[in-house]
Amino acid sequence: MSSGETISLKLNGEVREATAGPTTTLLEVIREQLGLTGAKKGCNQGVCGACTVLIDGKLARACLSLAVNSVGREITTNEGLTEDGEPSPLQQSFIDNGAVQCGFCTSGMIVSSHHLLQDNPSPSVDEVRDGLSGNVCRCSGYKKIIDAVRNVAGG
Amino acid sequence: MAADKTTNKMYQVGKSIPKIDAKEKVLGQAQYIADLIRPNMLFGAMLQSPYAHAKIISYDTSEAEKVPGVKCVLTGDDFEDHKMGPFIKDEGAIAKGKVRYMGEPVACVAAEDEATARAAALLIDVEYEELPAILSPEAALEPGAAVIHEELQDYFKVFEAIAEDNLMSFTEISEGDVDKAWDECDLIVENTYETQAQNHLSLEPCGALAEVEPDGLINLWSANQSVFRVQANVCECLGLPMSRLRSMTPKVGAGFGNKMEAHIQPLCVALALASKRPVKMILSREEDFETVRARHPFKVRCKTGVMNDGTFVAREVELLVDGGAFADDSPGVLGNAALMSMGPYHFPNAKAFGKVAYTNHLRFAAFRGFGNPQVTFAGESQLDEIADKLGIDPIDLRIKNVLDKGQKWFGGQKVDSNGLQECLEKVRASSDWDNRRKNSGDNGIGVSAAGHISGLLATGAIVRMLEDGTFVLNTGATDIGQGSDTVLTQICAEALQIPIENIRTAAPDTDGSPYNWGTTASRVTYTTGRAVVGAAEDAVRQIKDYAAILLESSADDLELREGGMVGIKGANKEVSFFEIAAMTHWGVGGPIVGSHTLVFDQPTIDPKRAVARGMPFTNIGVFTFAAMVSEVAIDQVTGKASAEGAWYAVDVGQAINPGLVEGQVDGGYAQGLGYTLFEEMVWDDGRLANPTLMDYKAPGTAEVPYEIDTTIVEHPEPDGPFGAKGVGEITLVTVPASIANAITHASCLRLRKLPLSPERVLNGLMENE
Repeated sequence: MSSGETISLKLNGEVREATAGPTTTLLEVIREQLGLTGAKKGCNQGVCGACTVLIDGKLARACLSLAVNSVGREITTNEGLTEDGEPSPLQQSFIDNGAVQCGFCTSGMIVSSHHLLQDNPSPSVDEVRDGLSGNVCRCSGYKKIIDAVRNVAGG
Repeated sequence: MAADKTTNKMYQVGKSIPKIDAKEKVLGQAQYIADLIRPNMLFGAMLQSPYAHAKIISYDTSEAEKVPGVKCVLTGDDFEDHKMGPFIKDEGAIAKGKVRYMGEPVACVAAEDEATARAAALLIDVEYEELPAILSPEAALEPGAAVIHEELQDYFKVFEAIAEDNLMSFTEISEGDVDKAWDECDLIVENTYETQAQNHLSLEPCGALAEVEPDGLINLWSANQSVFRVQANVCECLGLPMSRLRSMTPKVGAGFGNKMEAHIQPLCVALALASKRPVKMILSREEDFETVRARHPFKVRCKTGVMNDGTFVAREVELLVDGGAFADDSPGVLGNAALMSMGPYHFPNAKAFGKVAYTNHLRFAAFRGFGNPQVTFAGESQLDEIADKLGIDPIDLRIKNVLDKGQKWFGGQKVDSNGLQECLEKVRASSDWDNRRKNSGDNGIGVSAAGHISGLLATGAIVRMLEDGTFVLNTGATDIGQGSDTVLTQICAEALQIPIENIRTAAPDTDGSPYNWGTTASRVTYTTGRAVVGAAEDAVRQIKDYAAILLESSADDLELREGGMVGIKGANKEVSFFEIAAMTHWGVGGPIVGSHTLVFDQPTIDPKRAVARGMPFTNIGVFTFAAMVSEVAIDQVTGKASAEGAWYAVDVGQAINPGLVEGQVDGGYAQGLGYTLFEEMVWDDGRLANPTLMDYKAPGTAEVPYEIDTTIVEHPEPDGPFGAKGVGEITLVTVPASIANAITHASCLRLRKLPLSPERVLNGLMENE
């Protein structure tokens, strides 16, 4: 299925191996070989944000990131933000604030929100809007997502 | 168990509980079609037509078949001549004999991996003979125009369609006598309004996964809004009995109408049958844009006559609609647009008529609002033009003419619940209308109101008691993200007086679920909710009969008590569902299964009142209502109009889950805002020029204001579940006119063509100067 070289990367704290050719994306590796399907392929063009992950702590589009460039880097997906498999306070806030409809954007939205809150634990409405401007949600109108980010318990 | 309960405090209904699937979604563990895998699975890909209209002369698949990893190649020659379609059966699984739009699938491949399948599909050589492309409804209806469906007269139609050459459907409804009425009017205003094609842009692209069992039975998973429409479409266009196909759905990444009828499922099943291996096909974003469906472009001529005091006398609406290459839901959209074209008002003289034409564009079909956003943009814009000429406040003008409860909708169906006047009064207050209309600074505010349908067709529910007294609810309704699984569970829990946690709500599956037409037409809460109430009542009757044995009482003397208990009225003596479950499973009677099915049967047209021709449906649903005020700011340099806030009031009969109602308001506003201000599918000759998110702008946090205010109005629908009716579509319907009216308020500029782009605003401002 996948031809190419064996690569090693650190995914959600675990060293994992995958096979990647020169055009294989990080999204394909995460979803198809390493079994984490929270990151989604919504546009495959880096616009919708459904595939958002952290690479060495920085926001990245997994659909635009080549897998071979991820060698030796720390990759964090939404699954890596859970706490012992249970929702983190941010993830719980998405539940409690009704910020989830179809859920297809949710993992990318949570990764972007997590990154935003690391820099700014008490963002204003407009700061959240800025921080999430690269993540498209077609269902929610964003209002409840903004509430979820601002209402994280202890945040 | 319906309307009058709304005055009582309820146990589960009316609570904003979190969606029952929210946890798996925030953990990134919810499984969508692209996440599913089957052992030994192949991947499918397709070749698309490079012409908008052409005869297919021949295929050469030899190069594709030579590619290592390719297991199967299919062209139109491999398919028998069967057709599908919800109104006119005019569409095969794949192009056969000719292509009718650019991007139409003409051949497909199954291979060991997706890249191989996609590369091989491009190696299929197809010889075409180009035909004249018909790219507008006007061109389609010209005498002598190239005919897109030569066999239109022979196609099976589910209604008495008025169809000929490229005319797909003509519909007319009239009441009173508009031609005579114009003479009575003090003021007549007539304009033409135009709307554009909008992409649904469900964030999840369409996809399917099919496998054939050794006995020939087919299992099909797909992103859909109805497992039953998938089953019907696939079986109709492949010539299979429906008993051979099991249709299921994983989580669905939104729909808005684009997953209601077939997309890639027929090709996926055909590849699985031919290759004898499981096959998965997931559309790229571009393919999803180019091959699925979109919102119809409309031209609406609207003529309204009124008295000087604002009383409505007559309205005539003429529609011209681009249907695209296949009928799909177009006849229904035209019919609903005609039915909605008077708005939620009383016109003693009313006439709506129009045509939808075949063209060589992508098929246009169901999309949140189903023809209503287009006619409401026209009608509600025109009401503000009239209010301005009469010097009447726009909200006052609407309230003066609003349909009352008990009055008849255009066509003759009685309106049994209507909170629209209260909605208008609520938004007047919440938006601070009276003050801001006079003192809003550079910004403008505008109002819009609408009615929409909620309902139609068939649905069912099964409520089964398990061994321990908990329940499984099975309805066959697909939750596309809006939260219907949660709402139906709350309705069931209310009817059984048990905790939410004691109900498991089954995923839709044509093998085990009762029929459900689909998640569309704002119908699941209302119609499926009614079925759930009926099934729960059936179960409660049985529960009481068995409890009567255990309590040595008459069933008539028993009552349900919260938490899964049955007690004797006025006494402490009670028995639990656990005990009843044990008795019925192991001793007496048999396990409890409650069920109920219904088909919506109130006639839409009353022949004593209205004359109708070419109506595509007979029983459309009950009526739901909304009013909204929008605020906009206009950049005088660039012409860019920005949405600054919205105040909604929606009459939902009874909010089963107020938080989910707000979700439908917020989301409908955002999607409507994109439609109004910038979203537009653009064709360059026959080619869709912007089939990517790089080129087609979706509203983001930068465009959608946080200030969205929702007031829920509850005028119970008499036969709705606990009084409830739908809210999924109407929140988008009101957006375009409210923004257009706000632009007029801000700038005196009246724009009648969507989208209200910076270019159009700026050109208008310069012309006004």
